[in-house]
Amino acid sequence: MPDDTQIGGPAGRFPVTRGSLLAAARSSDSDERQRALGTLIAAYWKPVYKYIRLRWQKDNDGAKDLTQEFFVRLLEKDFLDSYDPARARLRTFLRVCVDRFISNQEKAAQRQKRGSNQQILSLDFETAEGELRQVEIPSPENMDDFFAHEWARSVFSLAVKRLQDECFAHGKHIHFQLFQLYDIEEGGKELTYAQVAERFGIKPSDATNYLAYARREFRRIVLDQLREMTASEEEFRREARGLLGVEVS
Amino acid sequence: MTWLSDSALSRLRAAMDVPDLTGTRYQFLEKLGRGGMGEVYSVEDTVLGRRVALKVIAITDASGDLEKRLLQEARVIAQLEHPGIVPVHDAGTLPDGRVFYTMKLVTGSRLDQRLAELSNLADRLRIFEKICEAVSFAHARGVLHRDLKPQNVMVGRFGEVLVMDWGLSKILRESAFSANVVRHSAVRYHEADTAHGMVVGTPGYMAPEQKRGEELDQRADVYSLGAILQFLLDSLEVPARAVAAIAGKAMAVERAARYSSVKDLASDVAHYLDGLPVTAYPESWVSRAWRWTVRNRAWLLLILAYLAMRTLFILWRGR
Repeated sequence: MPDDTQIGGPAGRFPVTRGSLLAAARSSDSDERQRALGTLIAAYWKPVYKYIRLRWQKDNDGAKDLTQEFFVRLLEKDFLDSYDPARARLRTFLRVCVDRFISNQEKAAQRQKRGSNQQILSLDFETAEGELRQVEIPSPENMDDFFAHEWARSVFSLAVKRLQDECFAHGKHIHFQLFQLYDIEEGGKELTYAQVAERFGIKPSDATNYLAYARREFRRIVLDQLREMTASEEEFRREARGLLGVEVS
Repeated sequence: MTWLSDSALSRLRAAMDVPDLTGTRYQFLEKLGRGGMGEVYSVEDTVLGRRVALKVIAITDASGDLEKRLLQEARVIAQLEHPGIVPVHDAGTLPDGRVFYTMKLVTGSRLDQRLAELSNLADRLRIFEKICEAVSFAHARGVLHRDLKPQNVMVGRFGEVLVMDWGLSKILRESAFSANVVRHSAVRYHEADTAHGMVVGTPGYMAPEQKRGEELDQRADVYSLGAILQFLLDSLEVPARAVAAIAGKAMAVERAARYSSVKDLASDVAHYLDGLPVTAYPESWVSRAWRWTVRNRAWLLLILAYLAMRTLFILWRGR
């Protein structure tokens, strides 16, 4: 699986610290700040690009430039300083920032700045554009849900990539392949454990254990990512509720 | 990075949702639904060869608050051994870090779903009496339920009634039982209670003082039971004024005006079923006479039959 961003380390690897990403993004330590913002960008750039394409009706190049510029501003300016976790979740805040940013850009007619099509951040827009062709175009009133859904897709994609990296690093290739077959690819669920075990040359009991291991790790990675990307326990629970589709009281 | 289709996202969500039972005595069967703070699954206990219900918190919690609450719920239920309260079998932590407990798998339906099958008021009231018995037992052990509603009552296939979902229960401080639960719990005494001022419960079934986040006593559950009784009455075609009065008294805004205990509430319902006067419904002499007549109709019919026979006998002798 190739990485589609170099920001935040390989595939937007999340920091090993358990502290809030937000606190790190506001840190005075430049390295820590850049790494935290890189992680945020890794999770958010695709939802932002797709959102700009559809919500603001921008063409491919226009959306690319605006996405680039938005995240460059995020890196350069103290964008996140105005974020108050008590008032909104980070995802909502960033979406509102995107709306304000584009609205201001249009008002100021600063498009000439973007004419050069200068690549500042390493983002694989072609992949994002290809993905956009595979999703159902939402109606204007459902743009918030669309942004949330694409954010969830981004978080899950990063988690799958990280699970793959971790499994491969620990020699658990079959664990990941089983997970990929059963939980990602179409039709995998129709296979019995005995069929899968035969295909991989393992015992059926091992197939269930390997799959359980991969699912357990995947769950841990997703929740770790989510915890790092949220500013409070309450926001974490709300985002987990949305991401997993479960109620958490 | 792999493109995840919407169907792949759904499968991944489901994969994350399924409790990790590797290395445990349980085998996953199916998801049953959601309870307060967690999800409930049907699992096979492979050691005892029986199906049980497994409740697990949906997500791990950094503060450990949800874990504590789920464990407390399990410990409270474990101490409340009563036919109307579902028994807990086991509790612990799954390999994925989520706290769980297992309990008897109740086959039946929720009271709100069963209502259509209960067209008779007496049948509904007998179920209500069983609910009261379970709640009254919990009160005697110093436990308030705090979330009584039709959705938290299961009616089994053989008419058994079980009060479920004790996740919001509150242990009253004065109870010796509470000390027992707390002593065996990782939750410290002051943490076992919900923080003062925090509102928990379900609108429509919550007592006014519960909505305001005030200190509660057993009359908060009396209110909720009154709301359940009203729910049982609402869909009936024939009005039952005395029962409506019982529900009204249980749901009085001022807690001093309510029944002082669930036992008193249940007693009034039992009186109604036995054709006796109820404290919540002052009757006119006509109503009282009619109720007396209905209640003693067997004796009255016997006396009338005797009098009729005597009259016929006298008339026959006089010929």
